[in-house]
Amino acid sequence: MSEAEIKPSIHFWLRRLHSLSGIFPIGVFLLEHMFTNAFILGGPEAYNHKIEFLRSLPFVAFIEITFIGIPILYHALYGLYVWGTGKSNLTWYPYPRNFLYTLQRWTGLIALIYIGYHAYHTRIVNALFGTEVSYARMAELVSVPWVFWFYVVGLFAVMFHFANGIWGFLISWGITVSQKSQKIAGLSAALVSLALFSVGISSLIHLVNHP
Amino acid sequence: MKEKKPEKVIIRIKRQESPEAKSYWEEYYIPYRPYLNIITCLQGIRKTLRTFDGRPTTPVAWESSCLEEICGICTMVINGRVRQACSALVDQLEQPITLEPMKKFSLVRDLIVDRSSIFENLKRVKAWVPMKDTQDRGPGPKILPKDQQINYALSRCFSCGACLEVCPQVNERNDFVGAAILSQARLFNRHPIGKEIQLERLKALVGEGGIEDCGNAQNCLEICPKDIPLIDSIAEINREITFNLIHLIKGK
Ligand code: SF4
Ligand code: FES
Repeated sequence: MSEAEIKPSIHFWLRRLHSLSGIFPIGVFLLEHMFTNAFILGGPEAYNHKIEFLRSLPFVAFIEITFIGIPILYHALYGLYVWGTGKSNLTWYPYPRNFLYTLQRWTGLIALIYIGYHAYHTRIVNALFGTEVSYARMAELVSVPWVFWFYVVGLFAVMFHFANGIWGFLISWGITVSQKSQKIAGLSAALVSLALFSVGISSLIHLVNHP
Repeated sequence: MKEKKPEKVIIRIKRQESPEAKSYWEEYYIPYRPYLNIITCLQGIRKTLRTFDGRPTTPVAWESSCLEEICGICTMVINGRVRQACSALVDQLEQPITLEPMKKFSLVRDLIVDRSSIFENLKRVKAWVPMKDTQDRGPGPKILPKDQQINYALSRCFSCGACLEVCPQVNERNDFVGAAILSQARLFNRHPIGKEIQLERLKALVGEGGIEDCGNAQNCLEICPKDIPLIDSIAEINREITFNLIHLIKGK
């Protein structure tokens, strides 16, 4: 805290952009991604067909870089900066919301590691070495037990971060103002995330059971 | 409340002679009586001026005034949690009782900290109703009772600083003004005449140390001794900013 002068700062704008980028495009992409994953439950043919369709979209590399790659990188890097501006104090003030505040930061980090790993093995290898990404490859990847559990943990981190992030977004943009509306928004976001999480888990289990 | 009454109240205080000096802990005791509060304990210690093992010591410095949780000056960290010493009852505290100064403000001596940063930040957000002169303009605009109720809740802030002390976003790496300031900006933005400089307040709050530093940990709401709806205030200021984004992006 400093004297009574006002210093203009870019951080307000970067922070709002950070908040927005979590919903659009990242959150929207997450929904699309989980929708695609659900095709795994329909078997190899349905899934491969869906992937083919996505790959045939025009300017797919451009879309992937501008609407997925860059936003996620920005969200992650600025998020790490934001983490550095805070100092967790759960020991003395173990309130539920304070716990979620800390968890939001850790799940963000886990999600970053997980997404990096996941994107490398399912997309970047294809761009670099032309490795075919298909139902069979996915099934092979997650057949390794530690990879399977890494996916479960990563998925959970992403889903928690998403739900709590929606809750925070609604406050940071002044959409939910009263404590009651914040609570309802938080519960609804948790339900949506839980649904997405179960889609992810059932796809994973399906891959393991029907290689 | 404890069943068996102790004979002594044991108190450990974190002492520090000056901002530059090293801090150290000292232990004291006073005879138990019912209904003691922390300020009466501090007065008791000052009477004997001896540590727990009988060594003579210097008087502990602390501040108090109203003794009824109205002025906020006695705010300190008691058994790890920040609160007002005058309303902290020994019968409800675990022993030994530890007393520390707040960590988020610069230390003056022992339990006294310098909270003038709160005042500086109130000035930064112009937490007042602007008046150019003292001319009588007759009665002010009417305020609906339901708005009065919210305003009253917000106006109960006594700048104790507890909400800053518990905020993970207030620390030496960060300039965040904190919940009390955001809530006062809201209060004066709600005032029919205070509203006139709403945009100036919002400009201050998108500046350095402004609202973007809030991490929604919401500890402020839990700790505020006056039960001020601080998180509603923060979201409300966020909303006002969202509605004025265009003006704010233009700067002046
Ligand atoms: S808002 Fe509450 S906790 Fe913060 S300074 Fe005011 S009274 Fe103290
Ligand atoms: S002495 Fe005034 S609040 Fe404690």
